[in-house]
Amino acid sequence: MANDMTSQVIRVDGDRCVGAGMCALTAPGVFTQDDDGFSQVLAGREDGGGDPMVKEAVRACPVQAISVEGTAG
Amino acid sequence: MAGELLADPRLSTDRRHADFPSPNERFARIRKRGTALLGVDDPRHNTQRRMLIPSFSVKRIAALRPRVQETVDRLLDAMEAQGPPAELVNAFALPVPSMVICALLGVPYADHDYFEESSRRLLRGPTVEDTQAARDELDDYFYALIDRKRREPGDGLLDELIHRQLAEGKVDRGELVGLATILLVAGHETTANMISLGTFTLLRHPERLAELKADLGAGRPLGPSVVEELLRYLSIADGLLRLVKEDIEIAGNTLRAGDGVVFSTSLINRDDAAYTSPDELDWHRGARHHLAFGFGVHQCLGQNLARMELEIALGSLFGRLPELRLAAPAEEIPFKPGDTIQGMLELPVAW
Repeated sequence: MANDMTSQVIRVDGDRCVGAGMCALTAPGVFTQDDDGFSQVLAGREDGGGDPMVKEAVRACPVQAISVEGTAG
Repeated sequence: MAGELLADPRLSTDRRHADFPSPNERFARIRKRGTALLGVDDPRHNTQRRMLIPSFSVKRIAALRPRVQETVDRLLDAMEAQGPPAELVNAFALPVPSMVICALLGVPYADHDYFEESSRRLLRGPTVEDTQAARDELDDYFYALIDRKRREPGDGLLDELIHRQLAEGKVDRGELVGLATILLVAGHETTANMISLGTFTLLRHPERLAELKADLGAGRPLGPSVVEELLRYLSIADGLLRLVKEDIEIAGNTLRAGDGVVFSTSLINRDDAAYTSPDELDWHRGARHHLAFGFGVHQCLGQNLARMELEIALGSLFGRLPELRLAAPAEEIPFKPGDTIQGMLELPVAW
C-alpha cells in the first residue's frame, strides 16, 4: 500500500514560479517558499504524502509551475 | 477558460503599446508613461517581480500578523473613543492598509494625506489633468524619498531595493520610482476598498453576518473561506486589460493580433458554470479558483498580504462591534465610479 501511495513525484519549476505563494497557501504540508520567495517542495514530501490539497495547489498555481509525475495510490 | 487565457504569453500587458486598449481617456493618456510591474511584459516584468517576491511570501506575510492586528486594534480603539457614529472609510478601511503598506515599504505614514490624495486622483481623476498631475506628484515624492533614504537608510522594502538593487545597478531610479508607486497605490487602495465593500456587503446580508458573529463570539476567527468568498463576490479589480500579440484560437473564436481584451472578473467570478447560485454570498461553497487577483505571471503580488489584512480587519471589526450597522440608508451611500477599482467613497456606520 505504502509503495502505491508514493508512486508520484511533485516538482516546482523554479524558472516558471512567480512567487504568488498559492501552493504554500493551499497545501502548506507539501509546499513552502525559500528566502527568495520561490516555491519548493518540502524536503521529504516530494511524494505529496497523500495530501489531497496537492491537486488544488496544481490548479491554483497561476503559471502552471507544479508538475506531478506518476499516479497517486 | 479565462484563467487559461490570462496565463497565455501571447497576451501582452505592455500599456505603452499603441494598440493597448483604454477604457477611458484618463487611462489612455496615463498609460503612455508606462506602469511598472503590471504594465510590463516578461522578461523585464519577471526581473522586476523577482526583486519583490521575497517580501510577499506566505511566511513573511504571516510574520506581519501581530503588527497588523495591533494597527487594527488601535484604529478600533480610536473609533470607539470618538463614536458612534463613524465614517468607516476614513476611520478604518483606508488607514489599515495604508499604515501596513507604509511599514512594509518604509514610507513615512506621516505623508499619508499627500499620497492618498495623489492615489485617489491617479485612479479616479476626475479630469485627465488631475490624473497626470497626480502621477507627477507621486514621481516627485518618491524621487525625493529615495534620495533621502540613500542618505538615511531605514528598514523597509524600499530601503532594501535602494541599497541592493539600485546600488548594484539592477534597477535605475526611474524604474524604482515606478515600482514604489505601484506598490504603494495597489497596496492601500485595493485593500481599503475590500474592507469598506466587504463590511457593507456583510451588513446587507444579515443571516450570513449573524453566522459570522456567532463564530466570532465563540472564539472562532474569521477564516479564509469568508475572505475568499468576499473576494469572489466583490471582484473589485474588474476589467483586466490585455493586448493580443499573436492570433489565439479559443473556444471556436479567434482573438486577432492587435485586438484588445477585457477580462471582467466580476462576470467570470459569477459564472454559473463554475459556481452554484453565483449571485449569492455563501462562504460554505469554498470559493477557490476565483480570479479576483488575476491569473498568470501578473497575478497579484500582494494577494497574501491582502488576505491577511482582510481576515484581521473584518474579523476584529465585527468581533469588537457586533452591533455595527449602517448609519444612512444603503441607497444614499456613495460608491466609487464604475471605471476604476470598485469601492466606497464613504461608509457611515453606528453601533
